[in-house]
Amino acid sequence: MKLKNVLIGAVSAIALAGAAQAAGQITVVSWGGAYSKSQVEAYHKPFIAKTGVQIISEDYNGGLAEVKAQVEAGNVTWDIVDVELSDAVRGCDEGLLEPIDKSILTAAPDGTPAEDDFIEGTLTECAVATIVWSTIYAYDKSKLPSGPTTMADFFDLAKFPGKRGLRKTPKANLEFALIADGVPASEVYDVLSTDEGVDRAFAKLDQIKSEVVWWEAGAQPPQLLADGEVVMTTAYNGRVFNAVAAENKPFEIVWDGQVWDLDLWVIPKGAPNKDLALDFLAFSTETEQLAAQASWISYGPARKSSAPLVGSYATKPDLDMGPQMPTAPENFKNALQNDFEFWADNQDELNERFNAWLAQ
Amino acid sequence: MAETTTETTKNAPLLAADGTPLRRKLEQALFVSRMRALGLVAPLLAFILAVFIIPIVYFMIQGMHNPVYADRMPNSTPILQAWDGQSPVTEEMAEAMVKDLILTRDNREIGRVATRVNQEFSGARSMFTSSARKAERMEPPFLEALVDADKDWGKQEVWRAIKVAATSWTPAYYLAALDFQYAGDGSITRQDAERRIHVALFVRTMEISLIVTISCFVLGYPVAWLLAELPVRKANLLMILVLLPFWTSILVRTTAWIAMLQGQGVMNDLMVFTGLNQVILQISMLFNDYKDLTVSSLCGIDVNAALGSIPAAVEKFGASPPGTLTRCGAEILAAFEQGGESGARSHAEALAASAQRWGYGDERFSMIYNKLGTIIAMTHILLPFMILPLYSVMKTVPPSYLRAAKSMGATNWTAFWRVYFPQTIPGIGAGALLVFILAIGYYITPALVGGQDGQMISNFIDFHMRRSLNWSLAAALGGVLLIIVLFFYWLYDRIVGIDNMKLG
Repeated sequence: MKLKNVLIGAVSAIALAGAAQAAGQITVVSWGGAYSKSQVEAYHKPFIAKTGVQIISEDYNGGLAEVKAQVEAGNVTWDIVDVELSDAVRGCDEGLLEPIDKSILTAAPDGTPAEDDFIEGTLTECAVATIVWSTIYAYDKSKLPSGPTTMADFFDLAKFPGKRGLRKTPKANLEFALIADGVPASEVYDVLSTDEGVDRAFAKLDQIKSEVVWWEAGAQPPQLLADGEVVMTTAYNGRVFNAVAAENKPFEIVWDGQVWDLDLWVIPKGAPNKDLALDFLAFSTETEQLAAQASWISYGPARKSSAPLVGSYATKPDLDMGPQMPTAPENFKNALQNDFEFWADNQDELNERFNAWLAQ
Repeated sequence: MAETTTETTKNAPLLAADGTPLRRKLEQALFVSRMRALGLVAPLLAFILAVFIIPIVYFMIQGMHNPVYADRMPNSTPILQAWDGQSPVTEEMAEAMVKDLILTRDNREIGRVATRVNQEFSGARSMFTSSARKAERMEPPFLEALVDADKDWGKQEVWRAIKVAATSWTPAYYLAALDFQYAGDGSITRQDAERRIHVALFVRTMEISLIVTISCFVLGYPVAWLLAELPVRKANLLMILVLLPFWTSILVRTTAWIAMLQGQGVMNDLMVFTGLNQVILQISMLFNDYKDLTVSSLCGIDVNAALGSIPAAVEKFGASPPGTLTRCGAEILAAFEQGGESGARSHAEALAASAQRWGYGDERFSMIYNKLGTIIAMTHILLPFMILPLYSVMKTVPPSYLRAAKSMGATNWTAFWRVYFPQTIPGIGAGALLVFILAIGYYITPALVGGQDGQMISNFIDFHMRRSLNWSLAAALGGVLLIIVLFFYWLYDRIVGIDNMKLG
């Protein structure tokens, strides 16, 4: 009896594996942590259920280096990758990514064609956006009850003494510095295009340099806050939300001066399972899937038709996700869109300057 | 037959039984055995050649050779290479450029070219991509058409930058790795002061490696001596204690140091609990000439005492004290400077409130995410590489030598210094060279705990590999690092002699 069960189990397992083999598999690469979890729940699981395709989920830390290495070595193992906008544009320019035909995208439930349904600027030649995310700063409410409210407060050591966490890159930090120094969000990149503007941003960063703890991975800042290593830190808004919603941390987000950006799917040139990857891309960017993701993490969906479907947090029905989004009107007052063109042009020079500044 | 025999006996070479000269016979035999030996190491040799030597050579070449532009822009490359970089930009150059822009836009290579030129001149990327979009419709005169598309085309320095990119074999990357700038007219200038970074980083890498090597020696020598001298059973136990961390992943050990040393970590908690932090602060204040100012008064625990001490501090140092006082003290003084008495008071009160709430007034030390953290963690990780060669050499020093020295009247110190120590030098040399060369290329530990002043050159090689995608510069930095390591190897050979090195 027992042996029979085992045999049946083994045979059916082999049969299942065979079926999966037939349906194929793809490697999906994303940023890990709470963000990847939201994608697994909203995209991967329904896609596997629908098609039987196996999904191998890998984590990385952003940047194009791995994609470039794979494409140039002619040994591409990634099928679809979640990247920032500036990397999507640069990778497309450099011929590292496959151009994506937008006709594969499904229309909105009300029949609006996909090209009109996606928020403007979220479809590029080689990439399709999934979410709007934002770099904000957050603090621990239990330690700073009358907490900071503006970007200037982040740079004010006299008012709020203690360590600060910042991402180890000039991107967003220079923008924050200028906003804190009184530059209106709409003029930040104009100022930053001049040498004096760059000097001004670095001078502002100088004020807190001695107190900065630098982070690199998105999962670090909530940890730094929880450990009491820093009193406030810049972070991706979804990570802070996750620490609050899933781990009940007393963190508070300051939305003033947020710098928002997109995450997009791209397909490396020569991806081994390109057709399946395109299927996955089209499926995951459907209205319903984008809205479902927003119930797992507080990143805004890139489709207009998804917004009304966004409900409450997946495991807490009374936690409404709407006000948690970077794009919610009250959060969006003094917001700045990351200018990918500016960064694609100037990142080499500004990185160089930033690294030299760090090492001084 | 008889003739040959007589010849042999006179002065001809000795012959083997089959009549061939013995020397050649010997050579044959040796050749066969040499070939056999070579056959045995051949797999290893091929392996090293394929995965070590060839990639290194390839990479060092990549630091000098970047054909991205020349391969894709066939019309403008020869004209730019012939241009002297000084005379005005000609219509011929502009025409070739427009042709190339159309060409690369059609075969979707424009991004790569633009990225390459952008390394030499920031902003060139969008200038190239946007001009390439318009290139199809451009009409002569092409120079004016280009300037219309983007006014940067009118600048001579832009063309010089393009000329640098168009030259495939270029010293630009190696020069950049040494903080020099290579311009299109062949001139070499030092990088602007605010952009100089690599030389300082190489120096810092040397400095950290040296400190780690010395710390390993100071900590490792007594342990190795104990290992060699203790009875076998105890020595074995000690050996396990040395080897156990050696077998643990570097990542785990580094992360453990974060938990030990961070602001709210074990070491700081222990120091606050025992009051040791106050003792250390007092001592450092003595050295820094702060002896009039007590810690508690400056940490804002007692607001009035903090304010009372301000006039004394201002009188002594002005409003900005030299060096690092306690953090809270420095903050109150800064607040005084900005907002006068009332500013200092409100800040001191804020500090006192936070001190009551979560013990902020307990001054904690930054021991991680800086150079100190890097040195501590690296010393711990590299310690076995010092202890093991030392131990193996000390094991071979006969104890009778020390006894002999003492029996002839040497003091303990003389016996150690004149008899024992010189015999352990080969072990010190091996351990020090091993630790130093490992430390110089260390990556993962400084990346995790280095913060901003504990980063080493390998972290920047990684940066250019993974982030800026400037692989040629990464290759040049790696090449310079390799030359430095070889130099130290040569120096070691000159001073100590490589034959004196003993690894076991």
